[in-house]
Amino acid sequence: MKMHRRTLLALALASGLTAPSLALAADDTIKIGLLATFEGPFTVLGEDSERGAMTAVEEVAGTVAGKKIEIVKGSSDASPDSAVRAARKLVEQDGVKVLIGPLSGDEGLAVKDYAKTQPTVTFLNGASAAQDTTFRDPAPNFFRFGTDGAQWMAGLGTYAFKDKGYKNVATVAEDYSFPYTQVFGFMAEFCKAGGHVPSKSWVPIGNKDFSSVIAAIPENVDAIYVALGGADAVNFLTQYQQSGGAAPLIGGSITVDQTVLTAKGKLRDVLVGTPSAGPTADTNDTPSWTKFVEAYKKQPGAFPSPSLFAHAYYINMKAALLGLDKVGGDVSDGGAKLRETLSSLSFETPTGKVSLDKNRNAIADIFLTEVTENEDGTLLNKLIKVVPQVNQTLGIAEADFTALGAVSRDNPSCP
Amino acid sequence: MSILDRPSSSGISGGGVSRRQAWGLFWLLVAALVAWLVFAVWPDWLNAILISKKAFVSAILNGITLAGLYFLVASGFTLIFGLMRNVNLAHGSLYLLGAYIGYEVASRTGYWLLGVAAGFIVLAAIGVVMQVVVFRRLEGDDLRQTLVSIGISIVAADLMLAVWAGGTYQIAVPEWLDGAVTLPVITAVRSNGASVFLTYPFYRIAVLAAAIVIGIGLWLMLNKTRVGMMIRAGVDDRAMLSASGVNVHAVFAIVFAVGAGLAGFAGVVGGSALSVAPGEDIRYLLASLVVVIVGGMGSISGAAIGALLIGLAEQLGLVYFPTYGVVLTFIIMVVTLAIRPQGIMGKSR
Repeated sequence: MKMHRRTLLALALASGLTAPSLALAADDTIKIGLLATFEGPFTVLGEDSERGAMTAVEEVAGTVAGKKIEIVKGSSDASPDSAVRAARKLVEQDGVKVLIGPLSGDEGLAVKDYAKTQPTVTFLNGASAAQDTTFRDPAPNFFRFGTDGAQWMAGLGTYAFKDKGYKNVATVAEDYSFPYTQVFGFMAEFCKAGGHVPSKSWVPIGNKDFSSVIAAIPENVDAIYVALGGADAVNFLTQYQQSGGAAPLIGGSITVDQTVLTAKGKLRDVLVGTPSAGPTADTNDTPSWTKFVEAYKKQPGAFPSPSLFAHAYYINMKAALLGLDKVGGDVSDGGAKLRETLSSLSFETPTGKVSLDKNRNAIADIFLTEVTENEDGTLLNKLIKVVPQVNQTLGIAEADFTALGAVSRDNPSCP
Repeated sequence: MSILDRPSSSGISGGGVSRRQAWGLFWLLVAALVAWLVFAVWPDWLNAILISKKAFVSAILNGITLAGLYFLVASGFTLIFGLMRNVNLAHGSLYLLGAYIGYEVASRTGYWLLGVAAGFIVLAAIGVVMQVVVFRRLEGDDLRQTLVSIGISIVAADLMLAVWAGGTYQIAVPEWLDGAVTLPVITAVRSNGASVFLTYPFYRIAVLAAAIVIGIGLWLMLNKTRVGMMIRAGVDDRAMLSASGVNVHAVFAIVFAVGAGLAGFAGVVGGSALSVAPGEDIRYLLASLVVVIVGGMGSISGAAIGALLIGLAEQLGLVYFPTYGVVLTFIIMVVTLAIRPQGIMGKSR
């Protein structure tokens, strides 16, 4: 009798344990992991990423190939270890087969390395834009349908030198892979055009007090190139304004993004007129962009215009959904078919055509912009020029581009 | 003590200088060097080593003003620990909440000072509630108090994220505190002979002044008033104080109110100088932990010295070796722990 009871108990336990996995295997839903920074200094950026991703999901009314899409969220705090932890949780506990993310540069490098250990899971980048996430030592199952930080700078260096007439520019940027990539992209053109960068300041991410950094910028520079994001950018700009900063600014892609332009405070005085470049432009008036903006604005808490994070997550989520649609939502083969489809996928996005190179990094249009004040007082990035179909080597032959060396604090250099 | 000391010290020193005089001479030299660095026009070789005089002097000034801010936060932390042996790891949350409340009040009423006052008063009240409702129940159970305070800080962080979202807020500094002042420090001489003077944000000087005034106020309260006497007695021997008829719970509540209020005050002041965003709670908690470990747990003057060391280390590190600047703070902590585990001004127990 006692034995019998115990057996029953064991059976009950066993069924209790297997039930969740049975539910996982249900055929009518498909799980997609969404990894972004929902905590830490890049929280605002992470929140907008989710809006972008959800815009793509709602475009297909939450179903793909007849299956219901279930989004499982993972949160990181912009540090590589937190991103890997969140990715592991999504892949190993929640069992997602498609993962969109992460958001920040170093996170991308770490998740790419993690991707190599999970060959049956398909990773699509979120908004992380370090060059070497795809350029050196790429993972075969990691795709980036958004462009990288150096690509985002296409056209800016030349514009600053030729049109704005800046000859000497100091840079201030955060000390990790994405700003290295951005500075690299800016300087590649700026130095080639004949400009000089006498001083580069690298500040730790999450730094609050920039006044000492501002004081250390040489006084004889024509402009300051700033590649800071989120709260860091707001702090720098406010303190730059307080210290009576006179030199004009040149913005990194996320420095003049909607996540910063919508911040409250006096920083707008120093922002108006700042040239920048990136994967989006707020005043882009093509129908596909305006349609995207309308769809995006239906998301709760949306900005006046989608940030580049919303855009990047939208593009990658969209690519994942297109790929899943083509394979009929079937990832039972370890996603091999899906990845094959994604590799050759080329589609029209709100910002023009996107296709992948052999490293699975996007080739897409880049927008040269300038910050302007709208009639209603909001700040917008006005479109100056479109640089069509920029590839990861910025139009330089791949061998020559590789010879420039990996991005770092000291590379490139033209003092 | 002094009578016993005198013959021996004069005996050792003999005809030379005593240890005390040597230290005095050393500090005098340091002071002279700093004065020279600040007021002299730098030769080129020095500019080459230290980037520029402007960068160096600004970093020093920023370090001192940042120290003022750290002191405001850490003094409450150290006071609460000294008296109650309660490591309140929710102290950073009090800072952040104070900043948000200050922002709301200041932006709605348009009076910045009202925001500062609200930050202090609301947080002081919350501090009392925390002490009475939570910590009093766990009295004498240090570990549990610490764990509960971690729990409170996590819940508070998420609640604040829910209410104020993840955005970066900037509390507007009033007109009369805004702008830059020119200090009588020559940073460079132009080729035409004109001197370039150092300009510095007026608000930061005001923050430093406020920190000094509050520091002196705290010292006076602790050393010259009856409540201060009770607090000091409580720090030394809680049971004895209670036995001599003092209502220790009232003393605890006062200390918690002052400590939490100061954190809230610092939140508004700091949120105006820098900015307010999620994550600040952890940052200031960490800063005040390091400050009190270096300065000595439970000592106000220790908090001041610790804050000064950490503030200067952070700012000089940021300018001269930004990549490893963060490490500098912790090196100071490790060295302190190795040489003087109780902290610079701490008493060994």
